[in-house]
Amino acid sequence: MGLLSKKDAVLLTDPLADNNPITIQVLGICSALAITAELKASIVMAISVMFVLGLGNVVISLMRNIIPSKIRIIVQLIVVATLVIIVDLVLKAFAYELSKTLSVFVGLIITNCIIMGRFEAFALGNGPWRSFLDGIGNAVGYGVILIIVGFFRELLGSGTLLGFKVLGDPIEKTGLYAIGYENNGFMLLSPMALIVVGIIIWIQRSKNKSLIEEN
Amino acid sequence: MSLKQNLHNLKEKYKGTKMAPAFNAIHTFLYLPNEVTHGGTHIKAADDLKRTMNIVIMSLIPCLLFGMFNAGYQHYAAIERAQGITSEFTVLGSFLTWDNLWIGIIKVLPLVIVSYGVGLLVEFIFAVIKGHEVEEGYLVTGMLVPLIVPIDTPLWMLAVAVVFGVVIGKEVFGGTGMNILNPALTIRAFLFFAYPTWMSGDKVWVHDAVNRVGTADAISGETILGSYAQNQEVIYSTWDKFAGFIPGSVGETSTLLILLGAAFLIFTKIGSWRIIVSTFIGAAVMGLIFNQIVAAEIITDSSKFYGLMNTVWWEHLMIGGLAFGAVFMATDPVTASQTNKGKWIYGFLIGFISIMIRVFNPAYPEGVFLAILLMNVFAPTIDHYVVQGNVKRRLKRTKVKTA
Repeated sequence: MGLLSKKDAVLLTDPLADNNPITIQVLGICSALAITAELKASIVMAISVMFVLGLGNVVISLMRNIIPSKIRIIVQLIVVATLVIIVDLVLKAFAYELSKTLSVFVGLIITNCIIMGRFEAFALGNGPWRSFLDGIGNAVGYGVILIIVGFFRELLGSGTLLGFKVLGDPIEKTGLYAIGYENNGFMLLSPMALIVVGIIIWIQRSKNKSLIEEN
Repeated sequence: MSLKQNLHNLKEKYKGTKMAPAFNAIHTFLYLPNEVTHGGTHIKAADDLKRTMNIVIMSLIPCLLFGMFNAGYQHYAAIERAQGITSEFTVLGSFLTWDNLWIGIIKVLPLVIVSYGVGLLVEFIFAVIKGHEVEEGYLVTGMLVPLIVPIDTPLWMLAVAVVFGVVIGKEVFGGTGMNILNPALTIRAFLFFAYPTWMSGDKVWVHDAVNRVGTADAISGETILGSYAQNQEVIYSTWDKFAGFIPGSVGETSTLLILLGAAFLIFTKIGSWRIIVSTFIGAAVMGLIFNQIVAAEIITDSSKFYGLMNTVWWEHLMIGGLAFGAVFMATDPVTASQTNKGKWIYGFLIGFISIMIRVFNPAYPEGVFLAILLMNVFAPTIDHYVVQGNVKRRLKRTKVKTA
């Protein structure tokens, strides 16, 4: 990364693995459980959060010296809400079906703990460029987990990926279904998303022992 | 040199290597190891984990054998009914026949083999990775699982569910003795939520009924609970229900043999009689409440709950998986309450909630496994309050004395 200094690059790469917002900080779980039954919804959600968090971090960072600390939460909420409404309207205009699937969860990006967390923890104390990198990094870390979970849930739950029937047709019994395979309905229920996230955490911690807290 | 001596020599050779736990598991399964405890005094008791497990398995054998005969009997009985033939029922003539047993052998034994094969494989892998001895915990689970699934469950589904149940239900918590949920019921719940078409409805309970859908040879596999839930006539007599000549999951139909197993478990002090008795009491109380609701004409026969609510309370105890759950699942010492008072509460709520789910869920009129899993989660809480209550009472007593 020639563009970025080493210190800045860490802002991007750290949230991808060792400080991942979902698997390490365990933030933003609600949306990870709710919308990951389809890969497409996961990807759109990841992009939306990236937009909101990246821009939001920059805006907050620019205003950090003029925001009175007593009302900073209100200011943060206004910024997030504005950005979320933009995302919501764009989705409604260009991807109406998808916007219906995501329904209330686009609006609920406002309450995604990752966003408020980054505003509070990073953007209020750092310059716009670094805040932007931090926002993108965290959003990508969030998005990666969402997409992994969405991939497995859609593949095993519906036998499709992005709507394509990759495993064959369950009704006409082609592909894998011809030999008796069936979709796993449990994968479409939210508890399974929790279990998949749990398995990811498990794998990550057994690869990187330093993440395990001492009792 | 005898086989035993050979195995001991091999054990010394492989000591400290990665494969040692897997090897030791086979070895100690066959023979008593040569090692003895070193130093210090030890309390000696014969009922170690392996023996406990073996006793439970022994008490399950009658249910398994009955399930094998019943698999064939239900198959042929359903065909006869579909063809309109009525024949006299005799235990020796029409139940304990080679034809029936053969269906049991080709349908039930593979379930048992897959359950044990896959489950023990997972246990072996985890033992090798974590470097501990293979635990006997799966011996009972592996026997329970084939008994609580429908007869026509595809084997690969069972294998997937067993992997899920053993890994997520048990190994992530630290293995045998550390699990919150009963692994056998976790497997059952996974199957139920993942593949509902194979776990419920009126076809899966009798062998071959699924394959015959839509053909001229179609047969019904409706369970008694299913018939009640749809307000249909039930064709089985009370004796049939008690003895178990009814369709249902492989090994849970015979209340008679389950009670026999229960007597054996209570006699050997493996199973807790408090939990068994209180579960039946809880179910009876809930059944009575529903009967009273019907008697008071709050619910009439136009309601979809009428069929199961109107079922006489003592009949609820014999049909479905209640007896099996009460005797073999609820009493699992790891996941049940530990305190005596807690056991009464725990069992009572299992029975109570079981019947409630059974009545209010007409699409799948059985809730024993869900009720037990729910109470598994609450068992530590119940114990906590029982212990705290005891502490408070005794503190109060000392205060009165000193005052």
